[in-house]
This record gives sequence, structure tokens and C-alpha cells, in this order.
Amino acid sequence: MSDLDRRAAPPGKLPGNLATNPRLDRWLAFDAAGHVVVTPGKVELGQGILTALAQIVAEELDVAMARVRLQAAATPDSPNEGVTSGSLSVQDSGMALRHVAAAARAIHLQVAAQRSGVPVEALRVEDGAFLAPDGRAIGSYWAQADAALLACEAPVDARPKPPGERRIAGTSAARIDLPDKVFGAPRFVHDLRLPGMLHARVVRPPARQARLVGLREGALPEGVVIARDGSFLAVVAGSEHDAERAAERLAARATWQATDTLPDPGALADWLRAAPGDHAVIAERDEAAGAATRTIRATFFRPYVTHASVGTSCAVARWQDGTLEVWSHTQGVYNLRADLAKALRMKEEAILVRHMEGAGCYGHNGADDVALDAALAAHAVPGRPVRLLWSRAEELGWGPVSSAMVVEIEAGLDAAGNIATWREEVVSHGHSSRPGRDPNPTLLAVEYMDPPRRIPNAINPPLASGGGAQRNAIPAYRIPRMTIGLKRIAEMPLRCSALRGLGAPVNVLAIESVMEDLAAAAGEDPLDFRLRHLDDPRGRDVLALAAEMCGWRGRAKREGFGLGLAYARYKHTGAYCAVAAEIEALDRVVCRRLWIAADVGEVINPDGVMNQYEGGAIHGVSMALKEQVAFDRRTVTGTRWEDYPILRFSEVPTVETRLIPRPEEKPLGAGEASLAPAVAAIANAIHDALGIRPRAMPFTPDTLATA
Amino acid sequence: MVAFTLNGQPVSVEAAEDEALLHVLRGALDLSGPRYGCGAEQCGACAVLVDGAPAYACAIAASSAAGRSVTTVEGLGSPDTPHALQTALLAEQAGQCGFCLSGMIVAASALLAREPDPDDAAIRAALDPHLCRCGSHNRIIRAVQRAAAEMRA
Ligand code: FES
Ligand code: FES
Repeated sequence: MSDLDRRAAPPGKLPGNLATNPRLDRWLAFDAAGHVVVTPGKVELGQGILTALAQIVAEELDVAMARVRLQAAATPDSPNEGVTSGSLSVQDSGMALRHVAAAARAIHLQVAAQRSGVPVEALRVEDGAFLAPDGRAIGSYWAQADAALLACEAPVDARPKPPGERRIAGTSAARIDLPDKVFGAPRFVHDLRLPGMLHARVVRPPARQARLVGLREGALPEGVVIARDGSFLAVVAGSEHDAERAAERLAARATWQATDTLPDPGALADWLRAAPGDHAVIAERDEAAGAATRTIRATFFRPYVTHASVGTSCAVARWQDGTLEVWSHTQGVYNLRADLAKALRMKEEAILVRHMEGAGCYGHNGADDVALDAALAAHAVPGRPVRLLWSRAEELGWGPVSSAMVVEIEAGLDAAGNIATWREEVVSHGHSSRPGRDPNPTLLAVEYMDPPRRIPNAINPPLASGGGAQRNAIPAYRIPRMTIGLKRIAEMPLRCSALRGLGAPVNVLAIESVMEDLAAAAGEDPLDFRLRHLDDPRGRDVLALAAEMCGWRGRAKREGFGLGLAYARYKHTGAYCAVAAEIEALDRVVCRRLWIAADVGEVINPDGVMNQYEGGAIHGVSMALKEQVAFDRRTVTGTRWEDYPILRFSEVPTVETRLIPRPEEKPLGAGEASLAPAVAAIANAIHDALGIRPRAMPFTPDTLATA
Repeated sequence: MVAFTLNGQPVSVEAAEDEALLHVLRGALDLSGPRYGCGAEQCGACAVLVDGAPAYACAIAASSAAGRSVTTVEGLGSPDTPHALQTALLAEQAGQCGFCLSGMIVAASALLAREPDPDDAAIRAALDPHLCRCGSHNRIIRAVQRAAAEMRA
């Protein structure tokens, strides 16, 4: 299930994605050699989910972690867990596997008890062996491996261990995928080598929606095959070198018909405001409130930003006897299969999609697009596996982007210094055009194939499943009167989709900036002002902890430096995070230190959670200070790292992260919680240092000069 | 044919005149450690050592390696005989997706070879051309410090 259509399971129902995939043997099997084979539908994106899932399974079964083998998701055998997104994998997959493993253990022990005559309550499990009270081994998972014991639906009443008895889940187990990565072992889809494999590259048009109207004949490196479908043009060659040379030559021989389709980049905020779209009031509250005596008005803007993964998108495809096999770093093997089937007008059953890891994935990037590209290229050489790799220019220029946004807020304080009113308008494109959800495919190449098909406008998932543009748009603070509106722009000149946090970074920036201005108007410290308006005790705890970590109360003003605080609970239902940022204002702003206070409920792997929080916050620093997609009226022009700079070693702040342990609470996910508060904390630190309120991202000398 | 020493072994391989060393390493020579990130000396994912000095394999022709010694992350250490940096990266759990790590390890090994006790600023400066999008920077710095201490001991 995706974050889009996920609903909390009613009590008494199976947890997580077990509800939709109830058979035990879809998730877990034992083998006679002493392994537990786990087949989750969620995939490794660099976030460490495989390690967390292995911990959960090892815990419930009482086996050593090293016995757990995780199989990458693949159609048609893995459970369909939708998309690995929204910081939901521990909740959706982890809680399902906890239940599955607890059920599998109970079933196996029952059988062992019956066979041995030892009562089931007397049995212990030690690394998979079943021991009688006298220490005698009377069986094991491995000895009972082929008993088809798990060929049944999960019972509703499986009993996972109580939190106090956990020994593996909740510890900082080492990442199981990391050794391969430090030794340079083949692990990524980029490293896949199949017998007879060929290499492909795409020839991109000079403009969005351009039509290929001419292709001059000419020499190509030996053995090169051209793959063309309408205006989709690719080359297939025996080596990467030949593929690149051929693509360059072909690009020089192609004639395209192009028009201006993109907005004026110099007036993007105005364009967003004026663009037609559908408007909705997403939250309204009208309780008794004091009259507003002081009003703060502010408008915030962020340009388009993109994923900027260090590796580029890659896929391998092979056509054989009417079936298509694809190896992909997609976030959802079934969703990709669905859109490949629509794009290629074939049956889903004729397509196999196997997950292999890619470089870090922070949302819906080019991973799915490149799979269709590879399929189209491989179509020209039936029977041969074809590896298609995007260039850096394609990765930065042609992957989906995260929407530019405008957020306007007008907030009023009553005479006693309480927030009385809050009006907010969010203007944005939709934040999801993930594959697999619309009758029309959303893969890049469909707009260029013959006949071309328009990719449907991006949607905003409903607030109940976290929202898109409206994610974190509703202030978490106690406000008696509020109206929050959202305009989704009707068209999408640059293809938009989900990127870490979706709308949250801009919404949290806007809310947390206005909170500071309101605190100033009330003559109150911004920490106290927040605490006074925040009812959620777990939110108050992370705020207080971040303040303590950075020495908020005793802070002294230092010339050229600023300290800022911000808070958000991700999606209002996910993990809690407060961030304090220290910046230094030189010729440009540099973030020197971050202090992060986190509460993710139950923690499966504390080190993994801290790694995610820190990585997300550094992503936030980069987005706050550096990132914007450069484009002209025809296409994205920022296609090299120097045109889309991200944070470097010399600019990375030191980071201190602390987790508030809540072993009895539900796990809440970790991957996205820190990004938005980091952005907002930096803005507040800039205000502290310079006395100006940053309103336009990224906070560069140029945008700060107009603040 | 281009002949050079790769990770201590003599190799000789067919390569087009202007074929990038990266493509030859990942292609005919069957390595996966050096990675493509940009093809333009802007990310460091492809870094290797040529006669001990860090070089961008994406930007130099394989033919220019003739007669020289090329070392990739695979040549620095293996699970059985890890380089101190590899051990330290695992000890610090320094990485998320890990795509950047081959290049980081290669660059850091060159730094430690010339500067056994680098301070924080020296490590940041040596790794500054290397991009990491996952935000593993601080862990990587700690791992380099740990490896340096290990190698001095
Ligand atoms: S791939 Fe060589 S520097 Fe980026
Ligand atoms: S760990 Fe993912 S890019 Fe560095």
C-alpha cells in the first residue's frame, strides 16, 4: 500500500501491510541450511531498511541476525507493499514482519511440542534451536523447514515479544549492506552484468515536448543499433564508450521541433500565483478567540528543487519471447510494472520487475523513467540484456522535480499575546506523479513515444495520508481560528513529484518563521512562545531537548553568528523533530552547527535513525542555502553539478542528534522528519544574526538582499 | 592494447584511443568500485589512484594509464585484508546508500599517505571535491580520523 491510500488498520486487524498480504509464506521461509529467508515488498534506498527488518525478524524468532537473508523485492512473488516512501517502511513492513515472525515461531513451537511431548510453554528458542527445560534440543526451524507450516494466512492473535524482552530490535545493529559498499563489491543495479549485455544511452531533445522531425543518416561506431519510438531516441552499443560516442553523433544529426512551454524563470512566484488551478480549504477552525490586535503578514517562496542523487538513474531490460524483464532501483516494483504495462500496451503478467539497489533515493526520481527507457532501447535487440544509464545532465535535467511553492500567512495576536487567528494560502503543483496510480502512465518517455501521451498532472495525496503540497501546512499550535487554503496548479510544465518532505519544507519554513515574528510581537522568547502554544507533550519534549542541547537559555549574542530553533511533527502523525541551527553570516550564510532532538516512538535501530535524521537535516541545509533548478522557457539548463550545487564537506555543519526513547510507543518512521525543521531553523538563525527575515529559498546573498 | 598495472597485477586491455579509464575499468576489466556520477570531474565517484595520486577515472583516457599503476577501492583492501579506512568506515557506520564511498576511500587513502595525522580542516579539504547526497559527511570524517589513528599506532 502506498502512503496515498494507506489507512490505519482497525483494531483486531492484521498490522501494517499484512492486512493486504496475509499469507505467511509470502513474507518468510526457513531453509534446511539454517537460514531465514525474508521477502519484504519494501526496498533498500540507502536508508537501512533491510537491516531494520532483519532485526525485527531475528528478534521475534530468536535467531542470530546473520541467519536472516533478505531477498530484494520482485514481481510477482514479493508481497505488494506499494511504494517505499513516506517514512512508512518500519510501520508498514516492519510491523507486518514482526507479526509474521511471531506467528511463525508459535506455529513451529506448537509442532515441535506435539512431536516431542514437551509442553509448548516449556520450550525455549536459542538461535533457531528448540530446547527442552533440560537443555536438550528437540528440533529447530531448520529441521522443520519444509513442513509447509507457513502455507496459511497469518492469525490475528500472534503475540510479539513485549518491549522489555527485546534484545536485537532496539539496538544499533550494523548495516548489512554496508560491507559491499566499502569494498566496491557489485551491489547496485549499475553493477549488474549479464551475459551478452549491451549498453544504451538516450538522445534527449533540446526542449520539453519537442518532436523529432529529422534524423540525418551517417556513420556510427560499429555494431551500434538505433532504437526509436516517435521522438524517443536511444542508441545501443557493445560498450559504454561506443554508446556515448554514438549518442553524441546522433544528437548532432537530429532535428527537433520545439516551442516555449516553461514559465518565465525570472517571475516564477508571480506565475505560480496567477496560474489557474483548483482551490480547496483544507482546514478550518472557528472557535472563540480574542480580537487580533497585532497582525503579521508574510509570503514565502521556494523554487523548484531536485533529487541530485550522486549516482544517476540506471536500469537493465531484456525482451525474450514476448516477456520483458527489468532490473530497477524503483521504489515500488508493482507500481513500475503497472506503468510499464500501460506504456508498452502489454499485460502486467508479461513483465518481471526485480529490484536492485541504486544510489541514494530521496523520493520519486528518474528510477522508474529509466526502466521504460531501457525497455524501449532493448526492444531493438530482442534477447539481449541492455543496460541504460542516464548521464548527469539527464539526472539533473529530466528527472521529476519538487514543486516550486508560495505560502502566504496572515496571523493575529490578541491583546494577551495569544495567537488568535491564522490564515494561510499554499500555492503549489501536486507533489506526486508516481507510477501505478493513474489510468495513464507517468513515465517520462510516454510523452515522446508514438503516439505521445501527456503525463497526468501531479496530485496531492489527502491529508489523512500525509498530504502533498499541504503536508505540514496546518500549524501544530493551539490556534482558535484558522483557515488554510490550497491551490493546486492545473498544469505541470516541469514534471513534479515527491521529494523528501513533499510540501513540508516550505510549509514548516513559513509557519516557524511567522511563529518567531509573533513571539517578537508578543515580546516573548520564541521557545517559550512555542511551548505555550503547543499542547502535544512529545512535541514540547523535543523542543525543550533541542533548546537544552544548544544552550538556548544561556545564549549570548555573538557578532556575525545566529541561533535559530524550529519544530515539526512530520505529517502531524509521524516522527517528532526539533532542530537548533547556528549560522555564520560571511559573504554568504554558512551553517556551522545543528542540534537535533528526535522522537520516533519505538526505535528499531538507534544508529540508523540518527543517521537518517542527520542526513535529512544536512539535505535541509543544502536545500535552504544552495538549491534551485535553473531553467529557461524550453528546458532545464542547470544540468551540471556546478549549476545545481549541493552542500559539500567544507560547508557541512557539525551535528549532534539525540533520541528520546519511547519503546512502548508505535514506530513513526525517520527518513524525512528533520529536513523541514532544519530549513526553518536556519531561516530563524539568519534572522537572529542579520535581523532580516528570509522569505525566498535558497537563502543566498541575492535572495537575502531582497528580504 | 593498453598495458598497465591494476591493483598490483599486470593487465592489458583493448581500448579506443579516447575511451575513458572509468569505462575500461568497469567494462573489460570487470570492476565495480569506481562509479560514474558525472563524467566531468565534478563529483569524485570515479576516483582511482594513478601512481599513488588521486585521479578522476571518468576524465582521463585509458591510454594515458599505459605503463602506470592504477589502484581502485578493490585494490586498497578486501573483506579478508581490509584497508584501515574500510574497517573504520564500517566501525563508524559511515554511509547510507554508499554510492560515494569508493571515491571517498580512494581520496582519503591518498590524504593519509601524505599526511598521517590530518586535522578536521585537512580532511574536509581533501574530500571537498567528493559529493555525498545522503549527508554521511560527518561520519566519513570520523572514519578518516579513526583510520589515521589506527595507521599511526
Ligand atoms: S564521475 Fe568522475 S568525477 Fe564524477
Ligand atoms: S552515502 Fe549516499 S551519496 Fe554518500
